[in-house]
Amino acid sequence: MKLDIAVYRYNPDVDTKPYMKDYTLEVAEGTDMMVLDMLLLLKEQDSSLTFRRSCREGVCGSDGVNMNGKNGLACITPISTFKGKKIEIRPLPGMPVIRDLVVDLTQFYTQYEKIKPYLINDEKAPAREHLQSPAERKHLDGLYECIMCACCSTACPSFWWNPDKFIGPSGLLHAYRFLIDSRDTATEERLSELDDAYSVFRCHGIMNCVDVCPKGLNPTKAIGHIKSMLLKRAV
Amino acid sequence: MVTNAASLGRSGVHDFILIRASAIVLACYTIFMVGFIACNSPLTYDVWHNLFSALPMQVFTLLTLIAVLVHAWIGVWQVLTDYVKNVAVRGALQFVFVMAAFSYLAAGILIVWGV
Repeated sequence: MKLDIAVYRYNPDVDTKPYMKDYTLEVAEGTDMMVLDMLLLLKEQDSSLTFRRSCREGVCGSDGVNMNGKNGLACITPISTFKGKKIEIRPLPGMPVIRDLVVDLTQFYTQYEKIKPYLINDEKAPAREHLQSPAERKHLDGLYECIMCACCSTACPSFWWNPDKFIGPSGLLHAYRFLIDSRDTATEERLSELDDAYSVFRCHGIMNCVDVCPKGLNPTKAIGHIKSMLLKRAV
Repeated sequence: MVTNAASLGRSGVHDFILIRASAIVLACYTIFMVGFIACNSPLTYDVWHNLFSALPMQVFTLLTLIAVLVHAWIGVWQVLTDYVKNVAVRGALQFVFVMAAFSYLAAGILIVWGV
């Protein structure tokens, strides 16, 4: 079986502009493999091909790429997804490219930092630990699982246009996780930081984030909850 | 928090409320007008004149013109801040759009209250 593949290539030290390079891979008939394995085989052909990867099992979030127009993790996306069509691999859209499939995620992490992704509790510290009831803990399901692969934020047009002002779906999912944590006492301060025309309200609910999230999370729903909290606080 | 002075609302929530409230007014006006035109066939000058001579219709129309101004101001500001990155060009474009929206409002007031 012959796989037709095109990979985005750009080495700023050598290339004047990015280009798509075609590769062909011979594999046994009926073979399925993950896109990451395919990229590793391509790297054996062409050692200059550059991409990030680490855990190779959808846990670390390092190998987020754009595959045939849709963001996802290369390590958990089988090539059978593309049904024999030519496979086009590009870097996550909207981010500055460092080299080939490696993008600069500084803006993504800056937005994450803004939401203060840690518990803030100004009450007297308990003797052992802050306890949560099973019901309170359950509120965090669907929020804490984000691995920050950036597939969602880089699929979001609002983040493409305003990466310096809009927190983005991933950051807002984390923001909601801390807003509803029963142990956190900074809800008011957190909401005040988000109550501008960009941070949250640039989300127009197109749900690209939900469509691409490799962990099956729903940032749009979390953003809707944040908007409701801001609205209840204001009226 | 990101600050901005060019949008109509004082905060994200304020913009959010204004844009939805104005959308409700615009939707009501559109539904009413479509229904009125559908139910009054043939639509003669007298029917049209009588409709806009009534005070409630004049107030409703004025309210709708204000809703257009509010909705367009916030909507255009959002589109411009997405796509026009040069601050001077964006400021100039927004000035032109907002002035046009105010002109429509002024013209609408004169027309509706001149019936």
